[in-house]
Amino acid sequence: MLEIRALSKQFGGLQAVSDLTLDAPAGRITGIIGPNGAGKTTVFNLVTGVLPPSAGSIRFEGRELIGRRPHEIVRLGIARTFQTPRLFRAMTVWEHVLVAQNHRAGRGPGFLYRGGTLLTEAQAALELMGLWEARERGAASLPYADQRRLEIARALAAGPRLVLLDEPAAGMNPAESAALVGVLEKVRGAGTTLLLIEHDMSVVMNLCDRVAVLNFGQKIAEGAPEDVQADPLVLEAYLGRDS
Amino acid sequence: MLSDYQQTLLLLTGIHVLLGWSAYLPLATGQLSLGNAAFMAVGAYTASLLTVQQKWPLLPALLAGALLAGLLGVLVGLPALRLRGIYLAIATLGFGEIVRTFFLNFELTGGPMGMRGMSGTTLGLVWGWVLLAGVAFFALTHSRLGLSLDAVHDDELAAELIGLDVTALKVGAFGAGATLAGLGGGLYAHFILFIEPGAFNFMESITMVLFVLLGGMRTFWGTIIGAAVFTLLPDLLRVLQDWRGAFFGALLVVLLILRPWGLLPRGTLRLGLGRLAAPSG
Repeated sequence: MLEIRALSKQFGGLQAVSDLTLDAPAGRITGIIGPNGAGKTTVFNLVTGVLPPSAGSIRFEGRELIGRRPHEIVRLGIARTFQTPRLFRAMTVWEHVLVAQNHRAGRGPGFLYRGGTLLTEAQAALELMGLWEARERGAASLPYADQRRLEIARALAAGPRLVLLDEPAAGMNPAESAALVGVLEKVRGAGTTLLLIEHDMSVVMNLCDRVAVLNFGQKIAEGAPEDVQADPLVLEAYLGRDS
Repeated sequence: MLSDYQQTLLLLTGIHVLLGWSAYLPLATGQLSLGNAAFMAVGAYTASLLTVQQKWPLLPALLAGALLAGLLGVLVGLPALRLRGIYLAIATLGFGEIVRTFFLNFELTGGPMGMRGMSGTTLGLVWGWVLLAGVAFFALTHSRLGLSLDAVHDDELAAELIGLDVTALKVGAFGAGATLAGLGGGLYAHFILFIEPGAFNFMESITMVLFVLLGGMRTFWGTIIGAAVFTLLPDLLRVLQDWRGAFFGALLVVLLILRPWGLLPRGTLRLGLGRLAAPSG
């Protein structure tokens, strides 16, 4: 579904992503892990068109993404969340999911008096993330974990076939991240492909079909979560070398 | 009945509401334009040339002036997109001065001597336009398009990444604002009967933004209140004589400290039909 080939990104003298090849197969949950500064979020920024790559190719369902503007990439079927939630400060929870559907609502101003399948879908996205009761609340007043959930609900409302999640469980307690794992399983069950960056190992182990490990912008390991966890190169990247 | 004087104040209030809305639209997408007096001038001079020299009726002349100002707004809005915050404010301010200087040197419209011979703006005409624009704003507030503008205002990157064409929305808002400024300019010219380039200086642009600030940045209703207060209050404060300006300035400072979101923050006047009407149950 998503095919990243020989992708590189330089910031001045810094090689943030180096010759990366990575797949997110349809219907699967793929994880990207690695120490801070390994280039994980940069990969997301390259896929979503926020940053132009220095070299390489990114194909989604056979279409080249490089050179397209971010909103065009969303319209092709890729949505994302951010490492630090970027919500619309003055808007309510309900308005967040509505506005994310706008590119699917057709031409014209789109008056909201009428119902329709989009509104049903918006409600479903909020119910899935457990935010339906909070729909009238201002996004800025939500607890942190709910802000993260709202970001996911907003991304789902955009109608994607692939969702990029940047540390969805950050700031959640163990019970909350366990619940999140269940919810993301449901999302995948509904046919949505996921690619996620995560530091919480219990989330990665329970959720991901495949994991790629990045260090200094390079992929140093890839495979099933339990294999990757035992890989000496990975242990070294996380814990340092014995001397 | 209203006296002539009261009618004049009311008519000016209506024109100020339109001009305030011309600043409100770019502000709704986070763009501070300090050059709207230029669009007002383009609308005023275009409409005046058409009625005085081409003998057009007032209504088509007004529309032509508004349309030309809107086109210019889109042309200015495109490069201005690369700028934000204070840089956009300065650039639009500079644009305003360029347009003013152009009319100062443009023989066809009398240069510094100005133009006269316009007439025809009535109280009903002005408030008819205010009503029309108000209905459009009301519809906008209850539409997906209105939500898109709010999203762009709050976080452009997040808005782009839910599939919104942020460029088109910002240029569109800028151009629509310029159209309203052009309309306000045409109405103003045919009310005040005489225009000269000095009437469209940057203080005029700043005043338009103040209408919005005073009334509340996030709701179009607020601009009506802001424009009314600005137009009527100086008159009510006449007892203060020479200290009127100082008192008014101090009032503004106090207000912005006490109510940084304006007199009417978003959500005070939702009128029931609100787009918040999420299905219940």
